[in-house]
Amino acid sequence: MKNIRNFCIIAHIDHGKSTLADRLLEETSTVTGKEMQAQVLDNMDLERERGITIKSHAIQMNYIYEGEKYVLNLIDTPGHVDFSYEVSRSIAACEGALLIVDTTQGIQAQTISNLYMAIEHDLEIIPIMNKMDMDSAMPEEVEDQIVELLGCKSDEIIKASGKTGLGIQEILQAIVKRIHPPKGDPEAPLQCLVFDSVFNSFRGIITYMKIENGTIRKGDLVKFFNTGKEYFADEIGVLRLGMEPREELRCGDVGYIISGIKVSKEVKVGDTITHVKRPCEKGIEGFEEVKPMVFAGIYPIDSEDFEDLRASMEKLQLNDASLTFEAESSAALGFGFRCGFLGMLHMEIVQERLDREFDMDVITTIPNVQYKIYTRKNEVLDVHNPSGMPDITLIDRIEEPYIRASIITRTDFIGSIMSLCLGKRGELIKQDYISSNRIELIYDMPMGEIVFDFYDKLKSISKGYASFDYHISGFRPSKLVKLDILLNGESVDALSSLTHFDNAVTIGRRMCEKLRELIPRQQFDIAIQAAIGSKIIARETIKAVRKDVTAKCYGGDISRKRKLLEKQKKGKKRMKQIGSVEVPQKAFMEVLKLD
Amino acid sequence: MAGIYIHIPFCKQRCGYCDFYSHTNLQLKQRYVDTLCKEIELRKHYLAPNETIETLYFGGGTPSLLNTSDFEQIYNALSTHFSLHNLVEITVEVNPDDVNDLLLDTLKSISCNRLSMGIQSFFDHELTVLGRRHTAQQAIEAVNLAQQHGFSNISIDLMYALPNQTIQTWRETLKLAISMNVQHISAYHLTYEPGTLFYKQKTNKIITEKDEEESIQLYEILIQSLTEAGYNQYEISNFSLPCYESKHNSSYWKNTPYIGLGASAHSYNIASRQWNIASVITYCKQIEENKSFFEIEFLTEKEKYNDFIITSLRTSKGVDLQKLTTLFGEKSRSYFIQQCQPYVHTNMLCEKDNFVRLTQKGIFVSDSILETLIDV
Repeated sequence: MKNIRNFCIIAHIDHGKSTLADRLLEETSTVTGKEMQAQVLDNMDLERERGITIKSHAIQMNYIYEGEKYVLNLIDTPGHVDFSYEVSRSIAACEGALLIVDTTQGIQAQTISNLYMAIEHDLEIIPIMNKMDMDSAMPEEVEDQIVELLGCKSDEIIKASGKTGLGIQEILQAIVKRIHPPKGDPEAPLQCLVFDSVFNSFRGIITYMKIENGTIRKGDLVKFFNTGKEYFADEIGVLRLGMEPREELRCGDVGYIISGIKVSKEVKVGDTITHVKRPCEKGIEGFEEVKPMVFAGIYPIDSEDFEDLRASMEKLQLNDASLTFEAESSAALGFGFRCGFLGMLHMEIVQERLDREFDMDVITTIPNVQYKIYTRKNEVLDVHNPSGMPDITLIDRIEEPYIRASIITRTDFIGSIMSLCLGKRGELIKQDYISSNRIELIYDMPMGEIVFDFYDKLKSISKGYASFDYHISGFRPSKLVKLDILLNGESVDALSSLTHFDNAVTIGRRMCEKLRELIPRQQFDIAIQAAIGSKIIARETIKAVRKDVTAKCYGGDISRKRKLLEKQKKGKKRMKQIGSVEVPQKAFMEVLKLD
Repeated sequence: MAGIYIHIPFCKQRCGYCDFYSHTNLQLKQRYVDTLCKEIELRKHYLAPNETIETLYFGGGTPSLLNTSDFEQIYNALSTHFSLHNLVEITVEVNPDDVNDLLLDTLKSISCNRLSMGIQSFFDHELTVLGRRHTAQQAIEAVNLAQQHGFSNISIDLMYALPNQTIQTWRETLKLAISMNVQHISAYHLTYEPGTLFYKQKTNKIITEKDEEESIQLYEILIQSLTEAGYNQYEISNFSLPCYESKHNSSYWKNTPYIGLGASAHSYNIASRQWNIASVITYCKQIEENKSFFEIEFLTEKEKYNDFIITSLRTSKGVDLQKLTTLFGEKSRSYFIQQCQPYVHTNMLCEKDNFVRLTQKGIFVSDSILETLIDV
């Protein structure tokens, strides 16, 4: 056990985590040049394209230092605020962390919150300044930031470049020298921490775990502490480039277990695996049921595709236990699903995977958070869909979830960021200077305000420099109203939203304006109205097309005319017919992208 | 029944609105005429042997740029390889400033009995903007001269919704057109086609497109003036005195076969549509080297149905439900009827005596209606 080192990497998106990890794998001959596909760890196409990690991964390396053989387990963690619980479990499985900071960018909000998490778990932090080869590197400034943040010495910071290979040996040595070997008792009752799982169509669910205490052997009868379910350990092993089966894994090891589990929901990240015969007394601390934060409807464009969509969602869920969904129906969109996501990125990923991997054409409705509605009869309802809101006369009060947000930015952008946050009903809690030109702003904000376009706007007003992180801080009473949109007098449930009373008129007006742009002119006037209850608060009209006739069909060229009409008709097939009005697919999401 | 179309893709200058294929290098003309005659021979079996050829149409470009010997050469080639005995209508498109005794005599000599004159407007400032090379006065004189030469079936082309046109000048243009005792008037709404000078100028905001309301008003004036003067609107853009409908153009709407000869010309023989290369040089080169010079599309049942709807609905008679059923079966008929319903209710289509046709109101939005009625 003394020759095992378990570590993770903490880095902001694009700070070069995956490239640096690849270099470590190469240097330890874990992968040969032939097997080396850029960024081995991010193996989903989507992960590679976006340069972000969505699933956790683990990979084992062998490293010889001063004549002794060491086993290094790298646990790669997701890099987005939506997945912070998963990150916390991966961190809990490690004894050390590489803190990678892009020397051209400096420390970002995400990095800080994950770093704090690592420090809380007593991880040994090895600071690394990456991308040292770049012309735009600012080593002195970033070094100051790191020293300030960690209270470490300058010479403890390793200067590296994933691109040139600078500092790679030094990092490997630091992992061996500075990170403690795992603690734990191989003779104690078995305790394995589950930090992720993946679905394999031949093997079922493969669970990734770290053995905290005890020893597990192939064939053992084990129990998942929190679900209480029992399985045989059909196969156990370690994760190198592929899975390598082993007869036995001992405390400190990181590996996998295959036990015939078919449904991803049975494997909960953070759960503890123990022996049925000699169970541990307590589960490993920190387990939480993952709860979705953002909800939206997903509907097939063609209502006949409903069953296909269900099958696709079920398959997606095999690999993504945090996705929840239940069937619902909308007067406007027909049958679909109400889905719960960890956050906006998670929602986008699900949408994109439905499109890419399952070729599904879907409409996603306006996302909502979950509200607590207290009725006059003293019931509490969890409402995450505007259509589920009870009649206004039955409501005593509504509470909405709040987040505590940390925004780190260059000081030049403070003004515009503050007005953005103010517009989102943010409350400034404090501001701290991290260095002379970087500041951390702490805000309390309603989560409902940030689920939509907050992150995009923050990025654009700060020219991409500001970073953002948050955690849920509780519920607060709010004056919320349901804002309805009517097309030609018919309320379109899929366009309803819950919004703060003070903003309702402005938002209603802008939604109407936006819809006027998004909905093409048709053969009759279309009235677009925003209403609260029966009160109309805004109105726009799309005038009917009065003339579209093409005068000529030159010289018998009928093909051209036909092709043009056929193309237009096909385009319309991708629109949703609501009452008599044809609404483009993108309108349902974009209607809230107000500038 | 069938028709022959001959394309003469030469113009002295390009008009700013025109996206029809033409070439301004007149030096290629002789080579082109020779090649055209070669194509006539190559394609002599294109039309089914039992089809009687009733119409011949010289379009352009500017056919009136051809001289007597060119016309004779082409006509001789045609009469060698096609049976022209049953021709009832021979049309030649002419530019007003090309019209003179020699041209008219030449046309007579090839039995031309119908002229189509590209007049467009009777206001010089509008003609200048369009890039036309004739004046209003020349147009009037050309029509007179043709009538003196005994042409008793003359069609003139007019354009409306021009950038600098007013309601008043359009009324005047129509009034003058009517006073000239022509048998046929085609009136086209100006469209801004990608690739044209006008399109570029519109994009760069040098000229402004007429708004919808005004263009509707201009169209209403057109229909009203010509109808009052005794012209029949037998197709969206075409008006004629009784019995003077263009037989050749009607064949495009009536699902009859036609062979198009020359660069960029389109042909149709029920089973397929094909079109020649739209480049004089490549067209000549390919034919001279015995290589392929056209693209072809074999029509699927759906495409045939769509073509049938698109062409029939443009005519005043409309879609013949009987014929629709015979050609495409009961299922297509019920699809068609079903798609028509919303428009019948809103009075844009009307169904009478087994024909479905556009109403006055429907004509304005016929593209959307067609889009609904076709099947993809």
